[in-house]
Amino acid sequence: MGKPQLPDGLVAIVKRDCETCRTVVPVLQQLAAGPGITVYTQDDPDFPGDPAAVYDADLAVSWHHDIETVPTLIRVVDGAEVGRTFGWSQPNWREFTGIDDLGDGLPVMRPGCGSKSVDPDLVDELRARHGGSILRSRRIEVADAEDDIEMMFTRGWSDGLPVVPPTEARVLAMLDGTSRAPDEVVATVPPDLVEATVEKVAIAAVMAGCKPEYFPWVLTAVEAACTDEFNMHGLLATTMPVGPIVVCSGPGTRKIGMNSGMNVLGQGNRANSTIGRALQLVVRNVGGGRPGEVDRAAHGNPGKLGFCFAEADDTSPYGTLAGSFGVDEGTDALTVFAGGGPTCLFDQLSREPESLANSLAHQLQAVNHHKLVRGFDAMLVMGPEHARVFAEAGWDRDRILFELHVRLATPATELERGAGGIAEGVPAGFGDAALPKFTPTGLLLTYAGGGAGLFSAVIAGWVNGAKGSTPVTREVRY
Amino acid sequence: MTRTILDPTGERSVAERARLARPGSLDGVTVGLLDISKPRGDVFLDRIEERLAETGATVKRYMKPTFAKPAPVDLRHEIATECQVVIEALAD
Repeated sequence: MGKPQLPDGLVAIVKRDCETCRTVVPVLQQLAAGPGITVYTQDDPDFPGDPAAVYDADLAVSWHHDIETVPTLIRVVDGAEVGRTFGWSQPNWREFTGIDDLGDGLPVMRPGCGSKSVDPDLVDELRARHGGSILRSRRIEVADAEDDIEMMFTRGWSDGLPVVPPTEARVLAMLDGTSRAPDEVVATVPPDLVEATVEKVAIAAVMAGCKPEYFPWVLTAVEAACTDEFNMHGLLATTMPVGPIVVCSGPGTRKIGMNSGMNVLGQGNRANSTIGRALQLVVRNVGGGRPGEVDRAAHGNPGKLGFCFAEADDTSPYGTLAGSFGVDEGTDALTVFAGGGPTCLFDQLSREPESLANSLAHQLQAVNHHKLVRGFDAMLVMGPEHARVFAEAGWDRDRILFELHVRLATPATELERGAGGIAEGVPAGFGDAALPKFTPTGLLLTYAGGGAGLFSAVIAGWVNGAKGSTPVTREVRY
Repeated sequence: MTRTILDPTGERSVAERARLARPGSLDGVTVGLLDISKPRGDVFLDRIEERLAETGATVKRYMKPTFAKPAPVDLRHEIATECQVVIEALAD
């Protein structure tokens, strides 16, 4: 619907709920009897009654003419506004109308009230209704008798949990979270290789339950996951239980209230829970990656609903994962990693770094299979109480990783197929060489978790490198 | 009240292509065997090649660089232009 035309002459916009509007009713009557005036009322069609008002029921007049305050008095000449005044100011209104005794006996000045068209509870809906939509997605009407959440389950758009219906108002509000244009292409999403626009990602973010301030993180996660190096297609198609894990860092994580502390890999934090979920909903609904179709996981893992957490980079003794990939510390950034579910690395007795390194290395050797090496990466989520043991001994990131790698070399004879009575293992032919568990870049060190508990967590990765997936780090684009 | 929501899908129109009819025999037909690089896929395909050779079919072997990614477009084109029939092996 286009912009409603205002009639020539004086026009006033008022609402009964505003005391100043009620105060100026005698003024409106004086103007009606004199030069004439058209009055629009926002809330009560019977206000002011005398003079009779036009009811701006859908607030189209108020919205299109940018009314921020009531009362507003406008002069229109040949269909165009030539001036306006708002609130009640006796001298201003007298000058504006040229009537010297206007509002005799009234207080000299009264501030106006907020226009109903800028009410924060209404503004998103009004923008959707009157904004001349910038959104291109197909509109789908939900029948009166239909439950919109059930409808979205039925259409196959849910990951198994209820999704928030992506109304135009909600999607527009989500788009306020970024400066990027709605029609900008964010990524080509596997497996169907469909271009996802900022708008389509916003729809997924609404459905996942994101707030607009999370949206730049969602966009960046989608960009990072839909790269050739990350290989989201392979991640779907594999029978292994992996999904995209989003590791966030930078001051922006605290601004949006992400959890990097107690229960960091668990439930209960809206940003952590919904950013990863939004990424997976983009893969599902835009890319067409659905379980039982291209997603062939034998078991999967609960993190495939969405797995996202923040590093405690404000207290980290060894910086961030993104920093280790070359991003300046203090920059908002994220890394996507192809991994499964977390497992606890338990050690409550080691107080010396050597003992703790020995202990962690033993447990890390078991990632995916203790006799398989170099083919899988792993992410170590070190808790503060473990990290403190290393920090107090002066071990930095490089030292911790070096000491772990040293301890993660195993004689090939113990890893060969058949060794230890286990058919699984590496092929024969390595002689008595010691084989490293991980490639030099295959152990990803992060810092997060509650302040109490001598534990870390390990997240086993998928096939690494050019044959599988390489972690991808991106700075967050706002 | 009727509510309106936005379509969350890619809204692509799927191009449906009918399958070719199965050949009545393999006489004079070139059969492509695509190894997707999974362990022991070659064991399966070696045996298939033996059996096909016995029928007089021409066999060509192909291999994906990694099972974890779709076959490169050049490889797909090569198979499509050189073969009339293809067998893809998935094994572990």
